[in-house]
Amino acid sequence: MAVKDYIRERFFPHMWCPGCGHGIVLNSLLRAVERLGMSKNEIVMVSGIGCSSRISGYVDFHTLHTIHGRALAFATGVKLGQPELNIIVPMGDGDALSIGGNHFIHAARRNIDLTAIVMNNRIYGMTGGQYSPLSGYGTMATTAPYSNIDQDFDVVDLSIAAGAAFVARTTVYHAKQMADILMKAIIHEGFSVVEVMTQCPTYFGRKNRAGDAVDMMEHMKEITTPIGSKAKEKNPDLLERGIFVQKEIPEYCQEYERIIERAQADVS
Amino acid sequence: MEQRIKFLQGNEACVEGALYAGLNFFAGYPITPSTEIAENLSARLPQQGGKFIQMEDEIASMCAIIGASLTGNKVMTATSGPGFSLKQEALGYAVMAEIPCVVVNVQRGGPSTGNPTHVSQGDVMQARWGRHGDQAIVVLTASNNQDVFGMTVEAFNIAETYRTPVVLLLDEAVGHMREKLVIPAAGDIPLVERLKTALKEGIDYHPYLPREDGRLPMSDFGGVHRYNVTGLFHDMWGFPSNNPGVVHGLLRHLVDKINNNANQMARYKEYYLDDADRILISYGSSARSALHVVENRRPRGERLGLLELQTIWPFPDHIVRDKCKDADSVIVVEMNMGQVMQMVKNAVDNPKKVFLANRIDGQLVTPTDIRNILRLIQGQGV
Ligand SMILES: Cc1ncc(C[n+]2csc(CCOP(=O)(O)OP(=O)(O)O)c2C)c(N)n1
Ligand code: SF4
Repeated sequence: MAVKDYIRERFFPHMWCPGCGHGIVLNSLLRAVERLGMSKNEIVMVSGIGCSSRISGYVDFHTLHTIHGRALAFATGVKLGQPELNIIVPMGDGDALSIGGNHFIHAARRNIDLTAIVMNNRIYGMTGGQYSPLSGYGTMATTAPYSNIDQDFDVVDLSIAAGAAFVARTTVYHAKQMADILMKAIIHEGFSVVEVMTQCPTYFGRKNRAGDAVDMMEHMKEITTPIGSKAKEKNPDLLERGIFVQKEIPEYCQEYERIIERAQADVS
Repeated sequence: MEQRIKFLQGNEACVEGALYAGLNFFAGYPITPSTEIAENLSARLPQQGGKFIQMEDEIASMCAIIGASLTGNKVMTATSGPGFSLKQEALGYAVMAEIPCVVVNVQRGGPSTGNPTHVSQGDVMQARWGRHGDQAIVVLTASNNQDVFGMTVEAFNIAETYRTPVVLLLDEAVGHMREKLVIPAAGDIPLVERLKTALKEGIDYHPYLPREDGRLPMSDFGGVHRYNVTGLFHDMWGFPSNNPGVVHGLLRHLVDKINNNANQMARYKEYYLDDADRILISYGSSARSALHVVENRRPRGERLGLLELQTIWPFPDHIVRDKCKDADSVIVVEMNMGQVMQMVKNAVDNPKKVFLANRIDGQLVTPTDIRNILRLIQGQGV
């Protein structure tokens, strides 16, 4: 199937600003799904609220556009309600880790088979440029006019600590790597997190004098390096890209099948 | 399954009713005085191949049942006071996206942490208006185990018929009281199963286009029809729209589908209303004390009657007006500061004849409390 067959052309043009990185995530995601050869009927996309979460409207899967921060909780119900389905949960950084932070760590701990994609633009795009828990110390935002004194999370460290079975980081500059990683994340049985560094030229870019979309993407290339590279040894400030964790641990829905067997053995 | 007789708690009667109605997915978070519902279902559901999950909080529980409903399950969550407050945003989502689900609130004293182990009926208005925005919602209640069972089944039937969330507003006394329950044989109470679209693959399915009778056939996630579900105003495909006509049409539909069917949803019980000159109106555990007073005073020649409401929202105005038209006085018995009393005042021809017999101290309103009010309004003093 061509990538075009996975989108709802009826609902284009999309709402993202020119140069927004979210469209690149959509593109890589569809390439990953296409390469996996999955049927559209087997895929449910659950998203929250934010520019990033509008991605669910454009794909021709079963799509559930929910409320701010709660996408993973809705997705948990969809998955446990029908474990055969593949669930992809794209979220903004604010959506996933500020208002949704609690659901995020618990979904990871529970190890339910969902693919969480954190579209990290380090800002609240939809509401017009307020700082997010990923903005980081020293950044500027409409609610940090004297510069931000909030420290940020490291999505990868947080996910690993919370017990996620698959943890990866990539960027929109590395669209091919992103497609590759997303493919692996989707087929991994368990809770998968993929942090995708992306750009919001409209708010983060302007507020922080980060240049246009191309400059922001170039910057992502400059500040990242593949996991285990020599460059990292020389420059420890570089952020690593790639797959950090990929482990087999009991998956929640499969474990629940065992609970059903146990409960039924008890009554009979 | 044959008819069975059990001796159990109101919360357990709710569990029995839910299973009878076909519940197969429950998500919850512990909170007194509703916890027994979750505990029981964690054992019972998997025995029948159903799913139970304890989520990280009440918000997540509400969200999870909505997700599970979309995959074709009959779903429920149960909570109390603070947990009910937390569920409101997602409950509003279920209203907007028209997701069948049942939310049990075993009321305790509030606001805030309030009085966790004591009875209250303070959430009547919150159940109606706890979410932002205009909307309609169905709220049912019950005063004894048999009715808890019956109204729980009713809650699922209404949720499926109208594609709507239904709130079952119990209270601590009803939830924890132990008494007999006769579980009817399978088939004795008719069950409403989900209306699913008959459209074949490849034919454009409109998840939000009501049929002529107002009902909206569903299609399970995972099935052959792929569509969008959102809490934004949306068109017949479920795609976001702020077109004024679409916004107006959807809001009207959401409100009308409930309010225009208020008669069909009105459940109530009446005792000695035919010749009553003084009418008690009550619901939930308060209605037990009210009934006690009525049955006690009748043999003494007092023309007292009781109207027990089981559907609180949509409020059955016409029934209240009609039943009370010949009464000299109407006394609303409830454990709050007059939440249903206000509705009764709005409904009757002469609001001045409406009085309140209430308690707000975490104690059951007693027959003596009611008798004192009756004496006061007759100018007899206590
Ligand atoms: C409960 C609630 N609080 C606040 C909002 C307002 N709001 C909408 S999107 C958003 C943040 C969006 O930022 P992010 O999740 O990072 O996604 P982005 O728009 O940057 O892609 C906020 C605060 C809301 N819709 N609901
Ligand atoms: S505001 Fe930022 S995140 Fe939102 S669409 Fe525009 S560029 Fe993208």
